Amino acid sequence: MSEKVLMKGNEAIAEAAIRAGCRHYFGYPITPQTEVAAYMAKRMPKIGGCFLQAESEIAAINMVYGVAGAGKRVMTSSSSPGISLKSEGLSYLAGSDLPAFVVNVQRGGPGLGGIQPSQSDYFQATKGGGHGDYKMIVLAPASVQEMASLTIKGFDLADKYRMTAMILADGTMGQMMEPVELGDVEVKEYDKSWAVTGTKCARPHNIVNSLSLVPEELEQLNFARYERYKAVEENEVMYESYLMDDAEICVVAFGISARVSKNAINEARKNGIKVGMIRPITLWPFPKAPLLAAAEHCHTFLSVEMNMGQMIEDIELAIRCKRPVQLVNRVGGMIPSPEQVLQAIEEADKGGKAS
Amino acid sequence: MQHKRISIFCGHYGSGKTNIAVNFALELRKTHDRVSIIDLDIVNPYFRTKDSQQELDAAGVELISSDYAGSNLDIPALPAAMMRPIAEQDTQVVMDIGGDDQGAVALGRFADQLNAEGGYDMFFVLNLYRPLTQTAEDALAVMREIEAACGLRFTAIVHNSNLGALTTLQDILDKHREAQKLCALSGLPLQLTTVREDLAPQAAALLPGVFGLRLQKQLFQP
Repeated sequence: MSEKVLMKGNEAIAEAAIRAGCRHYFGYPITPQTEVAAYMAKRMPKIGGCFLQAESEIAAINMVYGVAGAGKRVMTSSSSPGISLKSEGLSYLAGSDLPAFVVNVQRGGPGLGGIQPSQSDYFQATKGGGHGDYKMIVLAPASVQEMASLTIKGFDLADKYRMTAMILADGTMGQMMEPVELGDVEVKEYDKSWAVTGTKCARPHNIVNSLSLVPEELEQLNFARYERYKAVEENEVMYESYLMDDAEICVVAFGISARVSKNAINEARKNGIKVGMIRPITLWPFPKAPLLAAAEHCHTFLSVEMNMGQMIEDIELAIRCKRPVQLVNRVGGMIPSPEQVLQAIEEADKGGKAS
Repeated sequence: MQHKRISIFCGHYGSGKTNIAVNFALELRKTHDRVSIIDLDIVNPYFRTKDSQQELDAAGVELISSDYAGSNLDIPALPAAMMRPIAEQDTQVVMDIGGDDQGAVALGRFADQLNAEGGYDMFFVLNLYRPLTQTAEDALAVMREIEAACGLRFTAIVHNSNLGALTTLQDILDKHREAQKLCALSGLPLQLTTVREDLAPQAAALLPGVFGLRLQKQLFQP
């Protein structure tokens, strides 16, 4: 089936995961991602898969750990407070070098917050959340179509690098409906000779564990893991560059904020303002190189995000503070309007001309 | 437009029930003094009848909806006043039911009363572009699940195949045959073909029972 269908972002993630060969879903309901679980509950029994509503988020992430250890494609999904509960498990997955796929459809926080969209889990996703030195591949879709394509990509990257890949979406992305084209997916096979699948007395035991009591060995494990992370940073950066060739102002935005920003940029271009956008598609690894290159010809950067200023720190690091970076934001479940972004672009344009 | 006093809109999640129910109620108001629309959605905290409150108020359509609808308080709740318009014989009632069998559970509360009265239409809203109802067979399965959950039988099909704001007339025409197939499988008539308002004049020349819809809200440009 490569025909167009009308899907919610949450449904697109679920269907794409199934097509990517995921047959194990464990979750606990929370708005605004509930449709992922609802879709899985309907589809998994019909295709011989496993949908299980766990007794808690903590149980769900540990079920993910179990299936990942057995070498099968597995996922869970939640929204912000639920991801906090799952963070211990994310650290254990990293410590055990297991591939897993996790979805966070963010809502306003902190705490229980509200049920309207937010991007305030950027730090949690890109800097850890759980304890210890670890990274996750963090993918930020900006359309329902990308909710599907980045899900498929996420499963591949997780298997390839034996780590967790996370979709960091927001409530708008999860709830909005758009036409999607879902083709057949080629499910790639990765080496999983490390998986605990039963030795049949024919090979030595495989051990999946995050406990390592000999400091010399634990240090080496960390070093080896970060070699893999380095390879991810070298090979897997994804971003969209929009009208950047002659840009003097660079908007940086992901997810729904990028969608809003694009409207503002188009409007500003009509008024002769040379503005473009770099949209990170991977939030980790962060697209440092294109941002640093943009600092050569852009006098101002605008970080448009639905939080109190999180990605802005990565932009400043990426461009080594060569240019000012201004925050354009709404929080608490509010979404920036194209007018707000346009106004910030116009002010940056005036500021740039004055200096 | 032939219709009974009570019109119930059910269907698969995200097929357009609320949008159609609101438009249907507004249309009824043109020919009837008393029209009430009841929001019985216990599934979805977003995209509610309540989003059209201003328009309904302005047209003189009474909206009966839970105090929590549109409040972001995410709990399944039913409006206290929901029984009244059903009992009032001079009121036209439009009922907007939540998606799938889970949503239809709320309707089961009225099954005895509605069955006894006998005078209701229950429409299955069909969008063949939704991933879980792409064929007449899959849609029929959803119909049967809903009927089992609420204890009422459907009386007609409303064909609402669409791809959102990007829908073309051809997209709708492409699905007409499959919609007819659902009619044949279920033994029910195709009551309406609902299309975006701007497509209605062209569609009316080619399809039966065309009903133009004003879309409730458009969040983002494609």
